Amino acid sequence: MPHVGLTHFLVISSILFSLGLYAVIVRKNAILVLMGIELMLNSANINFVAFAHFGNLGLDGQMMALFVIVLAAAEAAIALAIVLNIYKTFLHINVDEVDKLKE
Amino acid sequence: MDLSYFITSLTTIQPELMVSATLLVVLVFDLIFKQKKTFIPYIALAGLVATFFFLINQFGISQTAFITSAEKQYGIFSLDPFGTFFKFIIVVSSFLVILMSISSSEIKNVNSRSGEYYTLIFGMILGMMFLASANDLILIYISLELLSLSSYVLAGFLKKERRPSEAAMKYLLFGAISSAIMLFGMSLFYGLFATTNLNVIASLGSVSGMETITLTISTIFIFAGIGYKISSVPFHFWTPDVYEGAPIPITAYLSVASKSAGFALLVRFVRVGFTNTTLENGFWILLEGFDWQLFLTIIAIATMTIGNLIALWQDNLKRMLAYSSIAHAGYLIAALVAFNNESLLAILVYFVFYLLMNFGAFYVVMVVKNKHNTEDINDYDGFGTTSPFLAVVMSFFLFSLAGVPPFAGFIGKLYIFIALVDAKLLVLAIIALLNSTVSVYYYMRVLKHMFLTKKTDNSKTVEVDLFDKVVLLALAIPTLVLGLYFSGVVNLAQNSINILGF
Repeated sequence: MPHVGLTHFLVISSILFSLGLYAVIVRKNAILVLMGIELMLNSANINFVAFAHFGNLGLDGQMMALFVIVLAAAEAAIALAIVLNIYKTFLHINVDEVDKLKE
Repeated sequence: MDLSYFITSLTTIQPELMVSATLLVVLVFDLIFKQKKTFIPYIALAGLVATFFFLINQFGISQTAFITSAEKQYGIFSLDPFGTFFKFIIVVSSFLVILMSISSSEIKNVNSRSGEYYTLIFGMILGMMFLASANDLILIYISLELLSLSSYVLAGFLKKERRPSEAAMKYLLFGAISSAIMLFGMSLFYGLFATTNLNVIASLGSVSGMETITLTISTIFIFAGIGYKISSVPFHFWTPDVYEGAPIPITAYLSVASKSAGFALLVRFVRVGFTNTTLENGFWILLEGFDWQLFLTIIAIATMTIGNLIALWQDNLKRMLAYSSIAHAGYLIAALVAFNNESLLAILVYFVFYLLMNFGAFYVVMVVKNKHNTEDINDYDGFGTTSPFLAVVMSFFLFSLAGVPPFAGFIGKLYIFIALVDAKLLVLAIIALLNSTVSVYYYMRVLKHMFLTKKTDNSKTVEVDLFDKVVLLALAIPTLVLGLYFSGVVNLAQNSINILGF
């Protein structure tokens, strides 16, 4: 069995980040966009922890990952509240059709 | 990290602690007094005055705090005159935004939730103040999120209506995406430099070979987060919609305070994280590997051009001011491109004047909206005869924003052009000058509606009450006086260009 090294983690995190960005760009449903954002945040988390572990860089990276987890939860709470409010006022959560403000 | 060091470090964040204390007091009072909440803004104002005095105490001190390990020379928090200057801007604009909120009918209508409103504003203040001093990627990300999360909710504070809700959602989606991209960039930075501390990044020198590509990608990713806060092109798409949809006090706040915190971050990031040495004549030598000069030149030109050109055909005054604030971000980025101490001076001087004139313009828009519930430029017809006071102060702010002498905005622009010419960036200076000329059109268009368009039967009159008059005069008089006697501001800025680590 091949040894799992830093590269594997970086590849995984890049794939996750790209998938997240893809979801953010193509999805119309606000909840799915938020899921894409979660993927992007967690890909960064993988990077932080992997660099800290394989580079023997102390606890900075691990600490950052913990903070990001907390902030992602806070952001999700606020985001869901705002999306719920959009549903109450617009009766749908399709990002493309929320366009009362003129361009 | 023993306890005594921790307590010494705490003394460097006295203003931030004061803001946190006020936040808690506002929150508790909101819970205790369920019915009568009219006094809550005054508690907030008192807290800000106290914070202001703590800041005066700190002015001039350069000190690092919260060093996380013994090998490091610099901690995660830098107390320096540069950061303190931006904190002054933030506290003064918070003071103004609370005065605006007291007067705004949009906020009065949701008076039962005013406790939440002021709590969230203090959340924003706390985030911005830490952002102005953050010297570590961890603190940068946390304070940026604290600022963003509070402002998402504030943008959609009038949740019963469609437009604020839409503004909140757009702000949230753009903000969350760009902060996620920024975080990924930070994680790459951490891998490249093996540290999260900006000072250590600068001391490592340049990277080489293949890593230049990684450095470029990660720096651009990090700039996505910063550029979103300062609403620079191509991260500006949220700005017009959010500015139009959010309550006017919050719009003014986003355009001044949030932008100033973003600029404090951008300058510190470039200055501390990427500057190798400073020459005797004040020019900075940046690290090899990422061409900040080219990158920021392109961003600056795109930002001011797009901001100014789209502003030309806006009929909604709030939306026009949104594009104008994008253009002003462009001038400020252009000032940074010179990469010397003069450009820092220009940015600091500009922000003082920008605070006065932008808040003033939004205040006038708010006074009109309070009375007539309109932001449309055509409803300003004939104000010169029907409500002369309002028309005259508005013309002060608009002349200043356009950079017409003898108003303060002219001095701000002058310092930017001097910095650019001294750095021999003539092309950029000329483009900025042309942009500034274009911008005169859309500011003067408002004046044309107010003074030259004939009064018709459905022209509106606006009675300005005493409170609004006092605040407007407090903004308008400095806009004129500081344009004539600006040496005080320039001296203050000159004393504030010291960034810790240099």
